[in-house]
This record gives sequence, C-alpha cells and structure tokens, in this order.
Amino acid sequence: MTGGLAVKSFEELMALKERIGREEATDEIKIMVGMATCGISAGAKPVMKALMAFVEEQGLKQVKVKQTGCIGICRLEPMFEIFEPGGERTTYVDMTPEKAVEVLEAHLLHHHVIEKYTIGAYD
Amino acid sequence: MDQKHSVLEMDYIRKQERIALKNCGLIDPERIEEYIRYDGYQALAKAILQLGPEGVIEEVEASGLRGRGGAGFPTGRKWRSGYLAKGNEKFIICNADEGDPGAFMDRSILEGDPHSVIEAMTIAAFAIGATKGFIYVRAEYPIAVKRLQIAIDQAHEMGFLGSDIFGSGFGFDIELRLGAGAFVCGEAKALIASIEGKRGMPTPKPPRTNDKGLWSKPTILNNVETFANIPPIIRNGAGWYAAIGSEKSKGTKVFALGGKINRTGLVEIPIGTPLREVIFDIGGGIPGGKKFKAVQTGGPSGGCIPTEHLDVKIDYESLQDIGSMMGSGGMIVMDEDNCMVDIARFFLEFSVEESCGKCTPCREGTKKMLGILEKITSGEGVMSDLDDLERLGQIIKDTSLCGLGKTAPNPVLSTLKYFRDEYEAHVKDKTCPAGVCKALLQYTITDKCIGCGICKTVCPVSCITGNKKEKHVIDPSACIRCGACQEACPVDAIIKR
Repeated sequence: MTGGLAVKSFEELMALKERIGREEATDEIKIMVGMATCGISAGAKPVMKALMAFVEEQGLKQVKVKQTGCIGICRLEPMFEIFEPGGERTTYVDMTPEKAVEVLEAHLLHHHVIEKYTIGAYD
Repeated sequence: MDQKHSVLEMDYIRKQERIALKNCGLIDPERIEEYIRYDGYQALAKAILQLGPEGVIEEVEASGLRGRGGAGFPTGRKWRSGYLAKGNEKFIICNADEGDPGAFMDRSILEGDPHSVIEAMTIAAFAIGATKGFIYVRAEYPIAVKRLQIAIDQAHEMGFLGSDIFGSGFGFDIELRLGAGAFVCGEAKALIASIEGKRGMPTPKPPRTNDKGLWSKPTILNNVETFANIPPIIRNGAGWYAAIGSEKSKGTKVFALGGKINRTGLVEIPIGTPLREVIFDIGGGIPGGKKFKAVQTGGPSGGCIPTEHLDVKIDYESLQDIGSMMGSGGMIVMDEDNCMVDIARFFLEFSVEESCGKCTPCREGTKKMLGILEKITSGEGVMSDLDDLERLGQIIKDTSLCGLGKTAPNPVLSTLKYFRDEYEAHVKDKTCPAGVCKALLQYTITDKCIGCGICKTVCPVSCITGNKKEKHVIDPSACIRCGACQEACPVDAIIKR
C-alpha cells in the first residue's frame, strides 16, 4: 500500500496517515488479539486461529482479526478486544478457542455480550 | 450498563498514565501503517525538518526525562555529551538486554510497539550525529527479535531508516545484536564489549561510553523504555512531559508487578505515585487475605521495602533513600509467607551466578555472603554473621567494578535493616518465622489428629508412628521436612513452624 516510496516531508507523512485511516472501512469491526509472549504462552495462537476461522466461515467481510502486543493484564491472557465502529470496546479474557467461538457467535451474530467472559466479571 | 465490559473501565488501567506503553495492546506491531496511523514517525519528521540537532537535545533536556534502565541519568545531558563528543563516527545503542528476574517492561514495548524504539533511536542519531545503531536484545526474546527485524525492514522501505531520511541528507541504519543470556551484558561497557565480539565484561570508567564507547567511538546508550518516551516528548513538546511526574523526576515509569499480588502484570504510572497506590489500588492488594510484608523494587540489585515505607513516593531518590532503587522496573510483592532471609538468599544467589568474575569483591565477596546466608537458613548461624554480612556488603558496594557488584548486596543489606528480627530468629531461636527455611522447620501433629494413619503411609522416611485411632507422632530427628504428611492429612492436624 505504501508503494515502496520513501516519505520525504511532513505533509507526505500526514497524507499517508490520512490515507491509512480512510482505507479502514467505516463499518469495520476490529478484533485485537493479545499476541505478546504472555498471551502466546497462555494459548493465544489457537484462540486467534479459531477467531480467524470463524470470521472466514461466516463470511464476515467487515471483521478484521489482528494481533497486538500486551496491554499489561498478563494474568488474564489469552484475551482479545472487539472494537466496533460506534466506539464500543469489549474486552474478553481468559479465552480458549471454544469460548472464543462462543463469544463471536453471540457478539457478532446476535449483538449480545457474554458478560461472564468480559474483564468486568474477572476483576 | 452495570457490568464493565472494557478494559478502559477498570481501575487497573484507569489509574495508569500510558506513554511508553501507549500503543501496546492497541496496534498490530508488525504493520508500520498502524504505527503511522497513531502518529508514528511524526516526531522524527519534526526533529529533522523543524528542530535540528540542538533543538532536539534542548527538548529532551527540558522534558526532564531520565534513564529508565535504572540509573536515572538525565537523557538530555547524555545526548548533549554525545553531540559535543568529537569523532568521525558515532553510535546509538539500545539496551534491550532486560535481565532482572520478573521484569518484562522492555519486552512488552519491543513486542507491542517496536517502531517507537526505532523512531527514537533515529531521532537520537540525528541529534548527536550518529550514522549507525545497534539494538542489543536478549536471544531469549524471540518474538521481540522477530518484530524488531520486521519493523526495521518496514522503516527502511518507507525511508525512515537508510540514507537521506526526510530528504535531509541524514542517514541512519540499525542492526540487531543478540545477547546470549549473561546478566552482566546489560551493563553498558560489558554490552559494548559483547557487540565488539569480545567477552562481555565491564571495564573501568572513565572513559565513559559517551566519549569512548563502541570501537572507542562516541556512543550513546539508552534503555528501551527511555527510547519509547522520546517520540511522544518530541511530538507533544517538553512542557507536556515535564508536567507529569514529580519535582525531580518527570514523566512515567513502567513496572512489572509480580509476586503476591492480585493483579500481576504491567503498569505505567506517573513518577511520584505512592507505592501503596500501585500495590493496593492498581495491583489490587495481596491475594487470600494475607498480610503485606515487603516489596522488592529494582530486581536483584534492589532492596526490600517494608510496610512503614509504603507511602513513599516512587522516584529515583526516595527509593534510594530507603535502601532500594528504581531499577529497571521489577516490583515483586511479598506477604507474610515469605521469609526475608530466604528472599535475600535467592536474589544474592542470582548475582553470584551472574557475576562475570572479573573483579574480586563481586566474584569472591558475594559468594562469601551467600555462604553466610546459607549457614543462617540452615540453622547454623551465629550473631556475628549478621555483622559480617553488613561489613562485607558495604565493602562489595564500595569496591566492585560495575553496577552488578555495586548493587548485589542491596537485598541483604535492606532486609538486615528492616527485618533484622527475622535474621535473629533464624540465628538465636533457630526458627524461620515464615515457615520457609526447611532446615528450621518442625512438623508437629496436633490434637486434631484422628489417627487415620494416612500420614504414616505417605511419609517417605517412615518417621511417623502411632496406633490406629490414636494421635500420631513425628520423629523430628528422622523427618526430612518434605511436607507430604501435611498435604495428605484430611483434617489439617499437622502444622509446621
């Protein structure tokens, strides 16, 4: 997307930033999976695979599953957060591949938050 | 909505001030686009296109940022000396050889936001006139290594590294160097020796690395977290940063909370936050209703801080005043079940193993101290041992060549100061009040015993006797204090003390 072209000015950098922002669809739902050492050692890789498989199977084109670093709550890994276009942010913790699929079914298909899996239920 | 769903609503995050960790957990660290989207590389543009080298150094000086590796040296002053140093070639090094047990602040930054370090190193290089940089990262951090290399390659592709950055004619490159796991290589001069391909050992100062560092060229070496603070400082201005923190120490510090604490993990707090707030409000206090005993800051080089100092405001000077140190940010909480003599022994053992052996006080002295501690924990200590520990500790602090030896006695000296009664209990009464030191423990069967005989069956040395349905007895001279009987007892009749 960057075309391998070096950024040469502040204006070019800001234009690039704008462009990156625009490329994100307005209805995009982002799922960020904690994939730092703490997350991976707690089992984040199978969770991420399960999330990606679910999104693919259901053909949810507006949903992007991405990896991210550690937010600092290492004791509740594996965790992921769902960011919705309206600014809603939901943090699901202590995940397994099975729970992750359960969460996506409820959250993405039925707009229902599974309270008992959110951070609020743990802390 | 009654229930909290998002991490942002939790006290744990709300009470933090995230600058170095700003992007961690928010962006995909393997995509430079996401870093740019969250204002990445704007600080580099501002540094090169607006501020110029002197302007950058002035900003960093005015920000009040101090080295986050533990020593707390003013970063701006370091950069200025690098700028003023004469040399046809200069280097920037990022110290990512995070080795304190229980510390993982730098790993989290490298894994979660590698571009922040690369951007900062490039700014530093521009400021002092360096053309080449190295990140010395432990081989034990494979994910960090992988993401750093991806980030370096991406930065190259977009022209944030390489030649003629932002069309200014300034060029800079970064290479990774992997550390093989020696703790002492986190020391600046040992680290530099390691990059040069020599054995990782410290050398006397002066000369300082600012003048004669890597291959005897002027070299500025900063820690990962220090670098991670640079882009926000340049972007938002020194005034913004200097408004956060305490009188003498500006900004924030990341701590790795561990040990006997409910919410283990990473926290970033304004410097000057009281210790109590970090442990109880953010960390959620001690699990299982146990009592707080001490907190260890600064890893194996730090000291144990007791309850009476819980209200100390966390900054470089205050922690030093009470016999500990800021260190790189490890924070290990201990409760009533921790034996302070054993804790001191544990940390000292680490230093003994990691001493490079070059200077005598550290090589021999710490070993002697460990020997005395082992004598005490096995019940053979005498009162003069405590004075010997103090004397030896002070001499090692005063005469060691590098920071490792200079700080290695801290856990012993601080526990001797604040928990002398525990040492005395080990020596005089031959007991371990916390019930940790095996040689001093005695397992006893109380009247609660129902005479079921389970303990007798599990005892590996057959030192328990007693008839069915009668109280059983442990022979202390044969007991190996394995604790198997206590675990197996169905009515909790066996106590250790």
